[in-house]
Amino acid sequence: MYEILEKKVLSANEKLMKIRAPLIARKAQPGQFVILRINEQGERIPLTIADFDREDGTITIIFLEVGKSTKQLGLLEVGDSLLNLAGPLGMPSEVKKYGTVVCIGGGVGIAPLYPIVREMKAVGNYVVSILGAKSKDLIILEEEISEYSDEFYITTDDGSKGTKGFVSDLLDQIILRKDKKIDLVMAIGPIIMMKVVSNLTKKYGIKTLVSLNPIMVDGTGMCGGCRVMIGGKTKFACVDGPEFDGHLVDYDNLMLRNQRFVGHEKDACRLLEEKA
Amino acid sequence: MSVQRTKHPMPQQPPKERIHNFREVPLGYEKEVAVAEAKRCLQCKNKPCMKGCPVEIDIPGFLHCITLGEFDKAAEVIRAKNNLPAISGRVCPYEDQCEGECTLKKAGEPVGIGRLERFIADYERTKGASVPKMPPRNGKRVAVVGSGPAGLTCAGDLAKMGYEVVVYEALHAPGGVLMYGIPEFRLPKAIVHSEVDYIKRLGVRVDYDMVVGKSVTVPELLKEYDAVFLGTGAGLPNWLNIPGENLDGVYSANEFLTRVNMMKAYDFPRHDTPVKIGRVVATFGAGNVAMDCARTALRLGAETSYILYRRTEAEMPARAEEIEHAKEEGVVFMLLTNPMRFIGTDKGILREVEFLKMKLGEPDESGRRRPVPIPGSEEKLQIDTALVAIGQSPNPLVPQSLPGLKLGKHGNIITDDEGRTSIPRVFAGGDIATGAATVILAMGAGKKAARAIDQYLMVKKEI
Repeated sequence: MYEILEKKVLSANEKLMKIRAPLIARKAQPGQFVILRINEQGERIPLTIADFDREDGTITIIFLEVGKSTKQLGLLEVGDSLLNLAGPLGMPSEVKKYGTVVCIGGGVGIAPLYPIVREMKAVGNYVVSILGAKSKDLIILEEEISEYSDEFYITTDDGSKGTKGFVSDLLDQIILRKDKKIDLVMAIGPIIMMKVVSNLTKKYGIKTLVSLNPIMVDGTGMCGGCRVMIGGKTKFACVDGPEFDGHLVDYDNLMLRNQRFVGHEKDACRLLEEKA
Repeated sequence: MSVQRTKHPMPQQPPKERIHNFREVPLGYEKEVAVAEAKRCLQCKNKPCMKGCPVEIDIPGFLHCITLGEFDKAAEVIRAKNNLPAISGRVCPYEDQCEGECTLKKAGEPVGIGRLERFIADYERTKGASVPKMPPRNGKRVAVVGSGPAGLTCAGDLAKMGYEVVVYEALHAPGGVLMYGIPEFRLPKAIVHSEVDYIKRLGVRVDYDMVVGKSVTVPELLKEYDAVFLGTGAGLPNWLNIPGENLDGVYSANEFLTRVNMMKAYDFPRHDTPVKIGRVVATFGAGNVAMDCARTALRLGAETSYILYRRTEAEMPARAEEIEHAKEEGVVFMLLTNPMRFIGTDKGILREVEFLKMKLGEPDESGRRRPVPIPGSEEKLQIDTALVAIGQSPNPLVPQSLPGLKLGKHGNIITDDEGRTSIPRVFAGGDIATGAATVILAMGAGKKAARAIDQYLMVKKEI
């Protein structure tokens, strides 16, 4: 059993949990994810690893309560345990010295960005971080990420913190500043954000990696439910990804496939609320 | 004395009733019928049936016990060779194996060996299978990767020889394809659990959520264990590779069956994992997995469940019994039909499939007549769901993480007849080595590998 050791409420529907999982912590690398199950009736929920501590034998997950399963997960408290936790899954981020790396996190995508920022800095990159969200309450891990960033920016849609606007607007300004050649852009967040960022960097020919979050079942390459189109080829996000070349991703197909069970999700949420 | 020419029939749920539930279709023999069926066995001296059994069960031996009403003893005879009789007694293609070799087949139907194996396994299960007297532990440890039929068999046999065995399972439940692939109505999951419990009672430990290659690597296992057996199966879906295959509504058979079987999507919302099928479902392929998909779709409420296959019934790889069950339940077979593309709505939701009609030409390398397209025969069929069941390839997760492991061109692990791989102390068997095959062949491979592991470790010990 995988005990919850710490729980933090980050925003209205964003929560952090530190979980005892020594075997996963031992192997985890930035960019990888876990699959968890809450109870016997539960779905297999994929979540990117937001942090890990090999010595303590813990991993941290940060999740947005969007559906029944994540809402149920949010109800668990310190001392409770998860029924299943498997990982680390997927390929790790390719952390190496690129030169200047711009790390962009949007909303809950900020969470998996954190270990990447930390590792990118550790291997000697000049790290520019941009965190974006709808409003200031949804900006998470500000201190943690700024600590490892050479430049650090925040954008909010409503202007309640940082620059008003989207991360892509700010990225465009940074690119146009031309004081540093950008060698890599790493973008994690809502699909639409990754799409806009990729379109922008494509124009400038800047290598861009994105982390995709399609619907998954087993997470071991068995079912193909998480298939994504990359440069016209079918890839499985769970074993080939979750990170891919942002310029090759068919974002429209991903958006569509992520809507596959929206009706079921609504029904399940309604039932959960009725029960509560 | 004359012998009845036909098998005693086994009662089954009527088709009209069973397409509304996930309960098992065949209901098993009553005691008296089982005894009468076993009495059909001629007890041939040369035991031809045994030649057809990959796990070497003393078939005339256990049939004889049944004729005497000694069911416990019959169970003992089976268990001596087969760790999973309630499973093989349900999903084995007996007609190609033991029953295919039965002398009675020359003048009628063979003895219903499969039905009798199932009868004994079920009899034993209702009273709790007894664990044989175990030898003392020999101090050697073996890691088994994957808890499917190959892994469970290998683990059980090694435990009975005195080895300490730990099974590493990537998913949250045991059984591999027995759990995620084969539907409840063909192999009830309670039976898989009870067979796994038997293996555990032999002293085998099963660790879940352990994705070997990710959570732990094979080289790490080799440090902790004297040998490693890889039985990770053929868990990589093959695709049609036609336009529109990523539309909403197209599933691999693996995804569809995993949602329904392992995650119990048929019980949504009591279970959290959903599945969506609509009114018209088309399954592509004609193997056992395709039959499972088409029949599952009916049980989920599909109004029409099609099987589209590019050859004819004679070439279908599925067992005759499965095809028969599918027909009884109203699955519609569209033969000599080859899909060309899936067409979606402007929202990307599957709406129809376009196909070409085929005719049979010259035989191909498999010996089956090759389907040839008939030019200009394009047609469209409106469908809500497409299930792609055209086979699986070996799962690459473990092979990829083990440098130096010799692989075949389909990504299968190359082994010798006894399951030895190109890496010392690493053995493999089942679908990961052969490509997608049957449960019983995987069990046979697990058994051979257990023997090879024992030989290897015992010889080494003497040196």
